[in-house]
Amino acid sequence: MWSFSGISNSIHEWLSQTFNPTLTIIIEMVIAGVAVIGLFAGLGLVLVIMERKVSAWMQIRLGPNRVGPKGMFQSLADTLKLLVKEGLTPTGADKLLFNLAPFIAMIVAMLLMAPIAFAKDFQLWDLNIGVLYVSAISSMMVISILMAGWASNNKYSLMGAMRSGAQIVSYELSAGLSVLSIVVLTGSLRVSDIIQSQADGWWIFKGHIPAVIAFVTFIIAVTAETNRAPFDLAEAESELTAGFHTEYSGMKFALFFLAEYVNVFIVCAIGATLFLGGWMPFHIGHWAGFNHVMDYIPSSLWFFGKTFFLIFVIMWFRWTFPRLRIDQLLNLEWKYLLPISMVNLLLVTAMAILKWHF
Amino acid sequence: MYRQTEIIKDASQPGIEGDMVINVGPQHPATHGVLHLVITLNGETIKKVEPHLGYIHRSIEKMCESLSYRQFIYVTSRMDYLSAHINNHACALCVEKGLQVEIPPRAQVIRILMDELTRIASHELWWGAMAMDLGAFTPFFHAFRERETINDIMEDTCGARLTMNYIVPGGVMADLHPDFQKKTKEFIQLYKRKIHEYDELVTGNIIFQNRMKGIGYLSPEDAVSYGCTGPTARGSGVSSDIRKLYPYEIYDKLEFDEVLESAGDSFARYMIRIGEMQQSIRIIEQLIDNIPEGDFQAKTKAVLKLPKGEYYSRVETARGELGVYIVSENGTTPYRIKFRSPGFSNLSVLDHIARGSKLGDLVAMMGTLDLVIPDIDR
Repeated sequence: MWSFSGISNSIHEWLSQTFNPTLTIIIEMVIAGVAVIGLFAGLGLVLVIMERKVSAWMQIRLGPNRVGPKGMFQSLADTLKLLVKEGLTPTGADKLLFNLAPFIAMIVAMLLMAPIAFAKDFQLWDLNIGVLYVSAISSMMVISILMAGWASNNKYSLMGAMRSGAQIVSYELSAGLSVLSIVVLTGSLRVSDIIQSQADGWWIFKGHIPAVIAFVTFIIAVTAETNRAPFDLAEAESELTAGFHTEYSGMKFALFFLAEYVNVFIVCAIGATLFLGGWMPFHIGHWAGFNHVMDYIPSSLWFFGKTFFLIFVIMWFRWTFPRLRIDQLLNLEWKYLLPISMVNLLLVTAMAILKWHF
Repeated sequence: MYRQTEIIKDASQPGIEGDMVINVGPQHPATHGVLHLVITLNGETIKKVEPHLGYIHRSIEKMCESLSYRQFIYVTSRMDYLSAHINNHACALCVEKGLQVEIPPRAQVIRILMDELTRIASHELWWGAMAMDLGAFTPFFHAFRERETINDIMEDTCGARLTMNYIVPGGVMADLHPDFQKKTKEFIQLYKRKIHEYDELVTGNIIFQNRMKGIGYLSPEDAVSYGCTGPTARGSGVSSDIRKLYPYEIYDKLEFDEVLESAGDSFARYMIRIGEMQQSIRIIEQLIDNIPEGDFQAKTKAVLKLPKGEYYSRVETARGELGVYIVSENGTTPYRIKFRSPGFSNLSVLDHIARGSKLGDLVAMMGTLDLVIPDIDR
């Protein structure tokens, strides 16, 4: 199996031979930081063009096709446009909070990159409470949205932020509970342990029906948590023009936009890690030959393949469904998803205790 | 059911503590034009909706007074631009009533064919736009796929795709394009092949149904008293199809049903329009192979003069009853023209049905009323 550990080990050895230990750590942190920022920008560009192509495909049209081959550089051109655009701050806005909000959104999205295992041995920070860390940090997203909505001094923004607050806080519960069901099965909060536990089969296959229920609940809940359609009430463009980012322009808007897409990537990566085995290849029981072939596919391809499949599913939702109303949205969570995921957690716990899973 | 019109009476005075007043429009994605709604909100719940009109007022009625009876019809294409043919038709009928001319049968059939194609095109656009109001973008493009076919048919015969100016006093402007029958049959085939997608994508969707059912209830009594016509009234079970009640041209000889629903909610109004598209297809199918030969225009004088008197004609547009009222002083131009547009009365009901519902529903209700703002303002 291919691995990044060789590269990272050799860099680490070379650095520790050349510099003293403190400097080594600092240089390594800088490398990691640059990598995350690069990934952040790269993912944003890729996901925007992907969304536009997927929507074009579903809407019987071509999508962007002028800039570069098949329009691949369209989002680069858009970024350039947004960079040179004037970032207005409306009069009457709370200047500090208004300008701070997009950066908080971005920082939250970047922090969430830390515990994600992109490939075998390719993880920034394998902390022992990885899953808890993700739930904790992702709930800080709502702060930036509330901040933006409040500071904009715009009624549409305020309503968008209000909706978003109610929505994210509610849907975090069922997202957390479905994450918890995998934690119960694995017995560990560490991301690498969760992936390792799926070496002989992914949890969505090993965990019987409760795992499938948890997976479906998770996908619905994270779609709502990232403010994607059909749960995009925070920015419902036919009702609130653009919701919480109505007043933002230029790069400040772009940061919100990027953060949204990176958040989608992160929740899909978490979903892939928890339910679809992260970078673990697809194995079938005792088919040694088949498993061997699967092992030859690089682990990063496995991870990104699964993640982008989930991203595609979430995009599919967006371009198919109409939007829910705010009371229906909260009903769905509090009356259906939350009780279902609670009962489901109970089932999973019973299953884990009785060792019914594979 | 959201029948909470009574409870908000005290909120009609402005400036009550805790009210949030939001201006939706004149530039807003949901109003499909320059409609300006002043909405009083309590949280997400609507207390009051106040439409402000006049942003696209072009004084069409006054302009018509200085245009001859042949010219003024072109202006009316700009009223309800989605059913331009039917507007022209109403004006032509009114002038013909004054002139006492007999329309050749070929022209009558061509007029009905064009009317029904326009009705389908208008409902297609409404379907896409309404789904977009609810947050689903994809139906819009699917609707335009079929609508483009109709526009192509129109372009062949009339030379224009939106403001056709094809129907003139005495008949129609020009004869049908040789390809008209072939292309129309192709369109019918395409439509029948694709109509199930509409139901799969939107009608059957559980989110869509939850958003539409029981929302924006309009009782039959209110529909009558507000002067609602067209699909808005028929959604409440009020029979108001001018084609059935006061048949013009040869509608009385055609077989079609007036689509009626009794629920009175947004979903009923939605189903009416879906059903009407089917009925229009039925009418076109009856006529497309039976276009009589003959003249497409009756012989009329170059300069039309209506005898002194008052004339009124009404037709069923895609949105409801369009009435044209002409007062003639025996001149070459009308002394006074009044249009009774369906959109205006249908808009007036918005405040009544929206009170007590959520902000998101307001957009859905406006979608089912099928407002075309230039038709309201004229």
